[in-house]
Formats: sequence, C-alpha cells, structure tokens
Amino acid sequence: MAARTVLHQADITRALTRISHEILESNQGSSDLVLLGIPTRGVLLAQRIGAILDQLEPGSVAVGELDVTMYRDDLAGQPTRTPSPTRVPAGGIDGKTVVLVDDVLYSGRTIRAALDAINDLGRPRAVRLAVLVDRGHRELPIRADFVGKNLPTAVAERINVKLIETDGEDLVAIAEREATA
Amino acid sequence: MKHLLSVRDLDRDTAVGILDLAEDMADVATRAVPKLPTLRGRTVANLFFEDSTRTRLSFEAAAKRLSADVITVSAKGSSVSKGESLKDTAQTIAAMGIDAVVLRHGASGAARVLADSHWIDAAVINAGDGTHEHPTQGLLDAYTMRKTLHGDAARGKSLDGVRVTIVGDILHSRVARSNVWLLQTLGASVHLVGPETLLPLGVDSWPVTRGTDLDAALAENPDVVMMLRVQSERMQAAFFPHEREYARQWGLDDARLARLAPHTMVMHPGPMNRGLEISSASADSARSVVLHQVANGVSIRMAVLYLVLSGSGAGA
Repeated sequence: MAARTVLHQADITRALTRISHEILESNQGSSDLVLLGIPTRGVLLAQRIGAILDQLEPGSVAVGELDVTMYRDDLAGQPTRTPSPTRVPAGGIDGKTVVLVDDVLYSGRTIRAALDAINDLGRPRAVRLAVLVDRGHRELPIRADFVGKNLPTAVAERINVKLIETDGEDLVAIAEREATA
Repeated sequence: MKHLLSVRDLDRDTAVGILDLAEDMADVATRAVPKLPTLRGRTVANLFFEDSTRTRLSFEAAAKRLSADVITVSAKGSSVSKGESLKDTAQTIAAMGIDAVVLRHGASGAARVLADSHWIDAAVINAGDGTHEHPTQGLLDAYTMRKTLHGDAARGKSLDGVRVTIVGDILHSRVARSNVWLLQTLGASVHLVGPETLLPLGVDSWPVTRGTDLDAALAENPDVVMMLRVQSERMQAAFFPHEREYARQWGLDDARLARLAPHTMVMHPGPMNRGLEISSASADSARSVVLHQVANGVSIRMAVLYLVLSGSGAGA
C-alpha cells in the first residue's frame, strides 16, 4: 500500500481553526451564518467548524446537512446511491450567508449539485465554499473560498479523508488508485 | 432494484431502506420548491387497466415531483376498450420511449408477466394486479404505521412487535396480501378477521392468526386496525347474507370505535364504503390515519420510482 499521509490530526485541527477565523473575517462576524455540511464527512467537518465558531462567537452560528444525491448528474451511470437526510437549521437559509462544507473538492460536480439543491431550499444572500482538501482537476468553473490544504494530485491517485467520528482517526492520505484495489 | 412486483421480493433491510428514503421524499414536500430534478428526461407510463383514483394520481404526483414526464393510459377511453391486449398496449407505449411502466391490471400476476416477458425494456412497478398484490400500498401502510408510532424518530426502525388487525374482505384484497407479507418481513404480527367466506383458501399457510369475531379481536387492543373495502365489483357469489348484517358483524361502527384503546390507529386503503365496513365517525375520527395514508403514498411512490429508475441497472 503506497499510502502517504499528508495531514495528521493536529494539521486538520489547525486547518479547521484557520478556516473558522477566515469565515468570521469574510463574514464580518458570525451573524446570519449557516454552515451546511455535505454528507458524509462534510457534515462532520461542518459540525467541527461550527463548534470552533461557537467558541469564538458563542450562540450565533447554525449548522445543518445538505444531501445532494437527488441533484447529481451521474445517477444513471452508477449503482443506485442511497440519499442521506437534508436538515436545514430552523431559521432557514433565506437572506443568510451559507457556507457549504465538504471534505475534498475535485471535479466540482458535487458542489454544482449542492448549488442546485440550495436553489430549491431558498435564496441565501451569498453562498461560500469551505473544503478540507482541494485536489484540483476541476471540470466546472467552481472554486473554494476557504481551503484547508491545496494538494496537487494525479487523477490516478486517491485522497482518503478519515475522521474520528467515522473512521476512528483524523487523517488525510494520498494513495495510488491501483494499490487500493 | 429493477422492478417492484411483489413485497415478497423485499428483504428487511431493503424494505426499511425504502421507508427511510420515503422520509427524505416527504421532507421535499415541505420545502419552498417541492420538486427534485432527479428523473428529468425520464418518462413514466401509468398503464391502468382497472379504475383507480388515488393510486393513479399518487403515481402521477410522485413522478412529477421527481421531474419525470408522465403518460397516463386508462382502459376507458383507450384502445384497451376495443380489446387490445396487455402485450400490444405495452409495446405501443414502449415504442414511444418510456423508462418505467406503472401497471394496474385485473389479472393476478400481470405485472410479473410484463416484467419477465421481453416485450418491453422498461422497469415495471406493480400498482395492483387482480387479487395478488399492491406493493406500494403495503409500503405506504407500513410507513404510515411507523410514522404514527415513532414520529420524527421513525428513520431506521422496523415494526417489531407491532400488532395489526386486518378486517373484512381478505379474499379479494391485494392490499391485505401485500400488508401480510411486508408486515411479517418488518417484524409485525398480523391478525385477520372476517367472514369465513371471505378468507382465501390458502390462508392457513400465511404467517398470520385469524378469527371471525371482530369484537374479540378489538378487545386485544391491537396497535392498528385496518378496515378493508368490501369489493362488491369482484363478488360473483353471495359471500354474506346482507350488507347490514356485514356492517353489524364486521364493520367499524361508532360503538366499536368508542371501545378502541387510546393508542389504536384506524386505517383504510380507500375508497371507503361509509356505513358498510367503516362508519363516518370512524373514518373522520382523530385516530383515523386515512388521509395520512394518501399523503404518504406520494412519498413512498417517489422512493420507489427513484430506486427503479436510478442506478446503472435501470433504463434502456
């Protein structure tokens, strides 16, 4: 297994803390801020960023989940995907600044689907994107506003994001696609 | 999932998965735009050889909420009334390019025939075949029971330990059959009550208990009482002496309604014969979930359409 660890637990925590500060800075505070995590690991990352924001400016940030399965453009070509629930915070997203949170930004197609999903939920004042890892190879004109780590990769490589809640450890690793098969 | 023909093809995890997916679909209905783009460009044909209001409208609404195009063919007003066969009708609409057929037919097993034949390439969803099965009705009934019992915490749960009493015309009821098999899969126990003449021949091999005394069954305080429609249009013989006698012995009248335990819910697959198998007061009471069943039907059918029309196994 040619897996190479690029982010350890402390790196991930530092990256999320920095992203949290950047979100506060660009939003000029945490008012009208809604974090929407994209399942599965984006939800966990959104909750972590939400917890950090809550320490910095208590009680004002709302965290939810946004499932994009039904908006994907590749449903026909793959095995049936099982959707996750969408949970929008009680205040809704109208007029708010929505920060989408995902673990890896790659082709940009997930985010395209997320933007369509948001469009059906309401009309936010602005939509931003926060990702733990940007690995390049975009297929759509989409970029992240807040990036934990820019990680130039080859298409043949895989990015594995592990988080304590689902995988028992915090870790980002690069592996050869063939080696994991 | 390529077709949905019978609830007996569903294992427990699949069935719970469909109910969970329907929870997500129900959430969509509460949103600003109650529509998903998921099945854009797909065409669903509703092929109804028998009369239906709610099932046909429910499938139509479900397909439209998922952005599919819908063609509806009813026996009345189509060439079916000129004697065109199932095969010819199916091939005719298939030639127009469709991805799924929702079939209601008077012959038991019609959906299976259409799915197993190589007449058409589309996914087949059984919307009621003779006295055999009505799978989406079974699923929406299970969903309604789970939602009524557990509310927002319903996701992921089965129906373990739930006691369901199904009353009336079991013989002609595809709804009863789909419920019996699906409820067994989900862990509920089923008790059938009705006149001996309206119990099917093979009922001894079903995973149920049965009786003929409705009052005794209600005294057991079941969680669910499901009243079935007396299907006069299928009755070619005398199954009971008189309608009023049926209502007195096996109808959920006002006196029986008053004796139900506080937690017991009343279900009916519709259309109701008010005054025959169910009194108006029972149908309109707070414990009646009849209208929830209708609303939940759309969510269930959205889930089923999604499952048969997405994924690499689907479509032409």
